[in-house]
Amino acid sequence: MKKFWSILGLCLMLVVLLAPVALADDAPPAPAAIDTGDTAFVLVSAALVMLMTPGLAFFYGGMVRTKNVLSVIMQSFFIVALISVQWVLWGYTLSFGTDINGLIGGLNYLGLTGVGADPMSSTSTIPHLAFMIFQAMFAVITPALITGAFAERMKFPAFVVFTLIWATIIYDPVAHWVWGGGWLATLGVLDFAGGTVVHILSGVSGLVIALMLGKRKGHGSEIMLPHHLPMTVLGASLLWFGWFGFNAGSALGANGLAANAFVTTNTAAAAATLSWVVTEWLHHGKPTVLGAASGAVAGLVAITPAAGFVAPLPSVIIGLLGGIICYFAVSFVKAKVGYDDALDAFGVHGVGGTWGALATGLFASKEINSAGFDGLFFGNPQQLGIQFIGVIASWAVAIIGTYLIIKVIGLFMKIRVDDDQESNGLDITEHGERSYAQDFQAGSPILHHVSLSQPSSVTTPVSSNS
Amino acid sequence: MSITKIEIITRPEKLEELKEAMNAIAVAGMTVTQVYGCGLQKGHKEIYRGKEVAINLVPKVKVEIVICEVPVEKVLETAKRVCRTGNVGDGKIFVYSLDNAVRIRTGEEGESAIIDPKS
Repeated sequence: MKKFWSILGLCLMLVVLLAPVALADDAPPAPAAIDTGDTAFVLVSAALVMLMTPGLAFFYGGMVRTKNVLSVIMQSFFIVALISVQWVLWGYTLSFGTDINGLIGGLNYLGLTGVGADPMSSTSTIPHLAFMIFQAMFAVITPALITGAFAERMKFPAFVVFTLIWATIIYDPVAHWVWGGGWLATLGVLDFAGGTVVHILSGVSGLVIALMLGKRKGHGSEIMLPHHLPMTVLGASLLWFGWFGFNAGSALGANGLAANAFVTTNTAAAAATLSWVVTEWLHHGKPTVLGAASGAVAGLVAITPAAGFVAPLPSVIIGLLGGIICYFAVSFVKAKVGYDDALDAFGVHGVGGTWGALATGLFASKEINSAGFDGLFFGNPQQLGIQFIGVIASWAVAIIGTYLIIKVIGLFMKIRVDDDQESNGLDITEHGERSYAQDFQAGSPILHHVSLSQPSSVTTPVSSNS
Repeated sequence: MSITKIEIITRPEKLEELKEAMNAIAVAGMTVTQVYGCGLQKGHKEIYRGKEVAINLVPKVKVEIVICEVPVEKVLETAKRVCRTGNVGDGKIFVYSLDNAVRIRTGEEGESAIIDPKS
């Protein structure tokens, strides 16, 4: 273990030290005109997307039990730091460096060599650095989304190593395939802001880890309730807000396309909130707040790949169906199959992302974005097939890649916390802190006496008196 | 005179009224605890992402009173009058006889540990 860390540290140091030396003779990119409006918009969008990851920390944090809140929040917050550095050192170049056989970016931007104030190409109107930092925030939030699947039971060191390797060998190459001029881009797969790259990769990888780690201790017998839903709603609101940067910012300019993406994003989020709440209301008799927050996120996920390719009206349909599909994924499919995707990373991001990627093949229109293609409903049925290939490729990489990473790091370190740790909570055992002052109501020991759907079998200190 | 402990488990919203009623009959002290319990009252259903969860332990308050001068019957009558709504979930009252009591500050034992010296 110690050896592993020192080797990792040494590699990092070498990368930093040697990158400028090895690549100093690269020719600078041809200068092009910088548009100040576009630049301002993309930089602000990058800041908005940055805020999504702490927002996600709250979204997830509110849904776990009191004893694990910090561990979940820490995972997201730590990723902001970890991937920000990874991206600057080698992540960016693997995604956006000079294409190698359509599979991965070359090392010409290693350590951001040659990435400066000039635009990256003659068609770009923003500094290369602005594009890089905007993309960095996407690389950050994607692994953070996965944490919802393994919440409350993964060891922190294993999480760090997994995240670093996953970002490097799964996210970076697939981002290259779709956005960096790789083979999916050549094929014509449309993914405006990350339905495949961000949501399918994270959601499906989450499912794989949830299956490999196994269920949380007491899953199915013990009641596991969200400890603070207002926190979850706060997180969902921050996500919704940040998503304007995510989707509208993906136009990479302050222009009509950005406005279109902004409107479709808001519309789909709203439509999915409505459809999730109404579906749950009809199904269980109550319009729930957690349903509203989950529906909003499901709609945002579903519109992500389509935001800059579809008109506002189709975004209503994408949102409405997105809310319903994701609701059934988390309430039916999860219960039927029986995996413990703790916070529904797969049910919302994997399923919603898949629906969004396919819906892009249905509703895309060249009238909205001349750089895109028409979808099935605009006379181009092939696009749906191409989107399908994009979906399959992302699923396959996520499944195989995540499986291998977990297997390999499982040889070197423990991935799942032990039983005792799980009972006492990861906040204290992994981080040595507690989220809340010990208190009868919030400090959940008393809640552990509550049993699941067995009204008659409960005995408590209170009833044993009688 | 014997020392008696009376334990009243009832609805949280009745606590203030009960406290005032006990004060009115010269019960000098009490200990209140938040508790969860179940009995004839069946609890309720909660829904999280389409999953129904039965919560069958309902929040109650437990009021513990130790008396010697005040008649037990008077306390029971008062508690019943205040806490009764007529629906399931009104709670239970338990009566125990105690062996001894100690006032920690003075070291007094027995009845004098319970009786309010001012009255």
